[in-house]
Amino acid sequence: MTTKMMGERVPRVEDDRLVTGNGRYSDDLVPGALEMAVLRSPHAHAQIVSIDVEAVLDLHGVHAVYTYEDLTGALAEPLPLLIPHPTLTHGRTQYTLAKDEVNYVGEAIAVVVADNRYIAEDAVDRIEVEYKLLTPVVGIPAARAARDLVHADVPANKAATMHQSFGDADAAIDAAPHRLSLDFTIERSASMPLEGRGTVARWDEDLNRMSVWTSTQTSTGVRAAVASKLGLDLGQVDVVTPDVGGGFGVKIMHPWPEELLVPMAAKALRHPVKFIEDRREHFISAAHERGQEQHIEVGFDDEGRMQGLSVYFWHDNGAYTPYGLIVPIITSTQLLGPYKPPNYSVTFESLYTNTVIVTPYRGAGRPQGVYAMERTMDAIAAHLGKDRVAVREANFIQPEDFPYAQGDLLFQDGRPLIYDSGDYPELMNKAKALIDWEDFEAYREEARAAGRKVGIGIACYVEGTGVGPYEGGHVHVETTGKVKVSTGLTSQGQGHQTAFAQIVADELGVPFESVEVVTGDTRRSPYSVGTFASRAAVMSGSAIALAARNAREKALRIAAEALEADVDDLEIADGIVRVKGAPQSQIELGTLAVLSNPLRYAFDEASSAATQFAVGDPNKPPVDEDDEPGLEGKDYYSPMRCTFASGIHAVIVETDPETAEIKILRYAVVHDCGTLINPKIVEGQIHGGVAQGVGGALYERMAYDEYGQLQNASFMDFLMPYVTEVPDEIEVDHQETPSPLNPLGLKGAGEAGVIPTSAVFASAIEDAEGFPITAMPISPSELYALRLEHEHDKDVERPAK
Amino acid sequence: MSMTDPISEETHPVRLRVNGISYDIDIPPRRLLSDALRHDIGLTGTHVGCEHGVCGACTILVDGKPTRACLMFAIGAQDVEITTVEGLTRQDGTLAPVQQAFKDCHGLQCGFCTPGFLTTIAAGISDNPDPDQEQAREMIAGNLCRCTGYQNIVASVLRAAELQREEDAS
Repeated sequence: MTTKMMGERVPRVEDDRLVTGNGRYSDDLVPGALEMAVLRSPHAHAQIVSIDVEAVLDLHGVHAVYTYEDLTGALAEPLPLLIPHPTLTHGRTQYTLAKDEVNYVGEAIAVVVADNRYIAEDAVDRIEVEYKLLTPVVGIPAARAARDLVHADVPANKAATMHQSFGDADAAIDAAPHRLSLDFTIERSASMPLEGRGTVARWDEDLNRMSVWTSTQTSTGVRAAVASKLGLDLGQVDVVTPDVGGGFGVKIMHPWPEELLVPMAAKALRHPVKFIEDRREHFISAAHERGQEQHIEVGFDDEGRMQGLSVYFWHDNGAYTPYGLIVPIITSTQLLGPYKPPNYSVTFESLYTNTVIVTPYRGAGRPQGVYAMERTMDAIAAHLGKDRVAVREANFIQPEDFPYAQGDLLFQDGRPLIYDSGDYPELMNKAKALIDWEDFEAYREEARAAGRKVGIGIACYVEGTGVGPYEGGHVHVETTGKVKVSTGLTSQGQGHQTAFAQIVADELGVPFESVEVVTGDTRRSPYSVGTFASRAAVMSGSAIALAARNAREKALRIAAEALEADVDDLEIADGIVRVKGAPQSQIELGTLAVLSNPLRYAFDEASSAATQFAVGDPNKPPVDEDDEPGLEGKDYYSPMRCTFASGIHAVIVETDPETAEIKILRYAVVHDCGTLINPKIVEGQIHGGVAQGVGGALYERMAYDEYGQLQNASFMDFLMPYVTEVPDEIEVDHQETPSPLNPLGLKGAGEAGVIPTSAVFASAIEDAEGFPITAMPISPSELYALRLEHEHDKDVERPAK
Repeated sequence: MSMTDPISEETHPVRLRVNGISYDIDIPPRRLLSDALRHDIGLTGTHVGCEHGVCGACTILVDGKPTRACLMFAIGAQDVEITTVEGLTRQDGTLAPVQQAFKDCHGLQCGFCTPGFLTTIAAGISDNPDPDQEQAREMIAGNLCRCTGYQNIVASVLRAAELQREEDAS
C-alpha cells in the first residue's frame, strides 16, 4: 500500500528551484522587455490643471508616454468597482491614469515606456504637471468631521453606512446587570511582501494573442480585466502567474492601473513591456489595511455572559473603494468570534480619506474585529474581577451547538453566518495547558520580587475560510505514469505544489514524486477565482481531490476491462492497479493512459498498444458514448458557504519598568484548521502570520502627516520585524475538527497567525501595566506616555480619597 | 544637466567575475550591480526587495563578504570575486549545506528573500562553523523575511552549520 501522504510533514517540492536561484518571478521574465515607470501624484488632493509631456517625447531611449488623454474605450472609464454592495451607495474608483483630479499621494498620472527603468524614471521626472491644491482629508477624525470632502459629490465622506443586527441589543444592554462603554482604535498597516507588484506582457501579432505574467493572487481576474479593458476576447488573453514573492492580500484583484497599462503598451508598441514596482511605490500606491475606530456598548451578567453587544465603528477605506466593503463587512461579522451574544447590533461607516486605498491584508478585517471583541472580554473580566479565561468560556458556543448560526447575519460571501464545526472549550483547555495559564500568577510574583513586570494575554478567534464561489482541479495521467495536475488559483509561497500533490498521491494512489502541480495559469485552468481568504487548501484542495477521484474511477474502469476483473476487486497503489489478493494480475496507470486514448498512429512502443488493430471491441465505437479519450479527471468544488477555522493565542510579555520596552517571553498558538494536509506547512503559515501580527501590534503603522504625505514610506522607517523582533519559538498545538462541508474536512489556515495578535498583545500589556490599552499598535514611547498619564491620574485621585 | 538635455547613457566596458566566470558587459556608470547581475548577465537569483540596502534580499558575496548588490555600482565591482546564490550550488548540481538546510527546515515560503539569506548564512557559517541559537539569530539579523517568521530560518542556520561540519569532517 502506498504510504499515506495526507497529514505528513512532506518537504516542499518548490524549494529546489527557489534555493538555487532558479525561481522565476515577474522581473526574471522576458529579457529585453521595455520598462515602464509611473508619474505619481506628489499631492494628496489636487486638481490637475495641465500635463506637459513635451520634454519627454524626443528623448533617446523613450518609446512612449501615456496620460489619461491617450486612453481609449473602456480604459478611459473608471476602474471597476469589483464587489458592489447595496449599501455601498457612494462607491468610487480611480481612473487607470488620473483624470482631472488626484486623491492620494502615489496615484498614477502618466507612464513612460523606455529602454530601461533608469531612462523611464528620468523621463518621468521631466513631465510637467500643474496642480491646483485642494485640502486633503487624512485620518478617521478628519473624515468624520467632514469639514473637507475627498470626493465633492460624496456627502460627509461616507462611502457606505451598513447595519446588521439580531435580537434587540440596546434593550438587552439596558436590562443587563452590568454595562460597559468602550472605545478602541487600531492603525493602518500593509501586506508589504518582499517582492512588490510586477507585470510583464507580450503581444503576439502573429497569433493575435496577449500573454501576461503578473505577480498576482488571481490570474483569471487579471485576465478578465485585461480582456475587458483592452477590448480583447477572453480567449485571446493568457495570464500566467510566475513565482510570486509574497502576496498577503495586496496582490488580489483590483486591477492595478499598471496591470492594464503594461499590456496596452505592449500591444501598441508591438514589443514586450514590463513594470516592476520599487519599494517606495509599493508604500504609496499599493493597498493598505486595518485603520478603524470602534465604539462598543456591552451589557452582561454576573458571570460575564454577554446579554447584548452593540458595536459602531468607522473604517478608513482610503481614497477609493475598488474592493467594496469586504474588509468592514468581515470586521462586523467575524467580531463575534467563538462567542454567542443573544443580541447583537453592528453599524459601520466606511469613510473616504486622501490616502492609499484599503483592501484586504492577511486577516482582512478580522484582526480589527477580534481586537474589539477580545478587548471587550478583558474589560468585562476586569469589571467583574473575574479570570479572563472564565469570562470567555462563559460566552463560548458549545460543541453541541454546531452548526451555529450567528442570528441572521450575512457574511462576506453574502451567505448566512453559520459556523460549521469546532470545539472552543477544548481549544481553550489546550491553550491554557500550552501557556501554563494556571501557573502564571506564581510566575508574576516571582518576577515582581525580582523587580520585573510581566503580563499574560489571551485572545480567541473564529475565521470564515474557504469562501466561494468555486475552484477547479484537473488531474491528467500521462502515458509515462506521471500525473499532471492543474488548478487555477495562484501561489505566493504557501507550498500548494506540495500540499496538492499530497492530496493527489493519496486519492489516486500514485507516488508523491510522480505528481506535478501547476497553479495560476489560465491556459491550463481558465475557470478559477483566486487565492485569498484562506481559501486555497479548502477550495482547490477539495476540487483536486474530486478530480483525482474521477481519474481514479476511470482508471479502475479501464483496468477492470483490461484485467477482466470486477472494479470492486481492484486497488491502486504506487501507480499500479492490482486485483486484490492476486498481485500478479496488475497494470500500470501509464498503460491505462495508453489504453484510454485509441490511436491511429503508433509513435512509440507504448502507444502501439493503443492502435486500432491492437485494442477495442470491433462492435463498439473506439470511444464510448459519454466517454472521452485520455486518462484524466476534472471537477469543481463549490461550497454552500464558508467553513470556520478557529484558534487561541496566548502571549507572555515583559515590560521594562524604566524604558517601557516590550519584550515577548513566550508565544503560544492553538489552532484548528480541520484536517491537516501538511503540518510543517501549516506551522510555517502560523509562524509567518504571528510575525506579521507582532509587527502590526508593536511596530508597523502608516505615518501620514496632515498633508497626506506618508512619512515612513521605506523599509528604513516602516518597522517590519527582523528576527530580532520575533520570539525564539512560537509554541504550536493543533486541534482537528474536520469540516463537514468538504470532502477532506479542510479549513483554511493562511491568515490565522495574524488575526488575534494585536488583541493578545493589548491583553498582555494591559495585564503587565494595570491600565487599559485601547490603541494599537503600541510603541515603548506610547506605553511610557500612558504610564505617565496613569501616574498623573492616580496623583490627582489621591487627595480625593 | 538641464532638464532639456538628452539623457546620457554612455556605456563602458565592464568585466565582472561572478561565480568563478568572467562576464564582459557594456553598461552605463550608474547601472547598479544588482541590475547588472540580473539583467546584463542574466543571473536572476539575486532579488531586489527595497533598493536601499535595508531588506537584504539582494545580498551577494563580494570576496566572500555579504554585500548589498543594490548599493554598489557594477562599474565599481570589477576587481572583486562575486558569489551569487547560483554560485552556492556545487558544480555537480548538488546543493550546498545552507541550501539543503533551508529545504530540511522549511526555511522558506515565497522564496524571494531566500537568496539573500543563503549567501549571508554561507558566509556566516564559514566564519563561525558552530553557532549557537543566539549567534544564529544574530547572523540573519540584517535580512527581512515577510513569510516565515524567521523561526525556521534560525533552525536552517543551525542545520546548515551541522551539515557543513559533517561535510568538512568526511
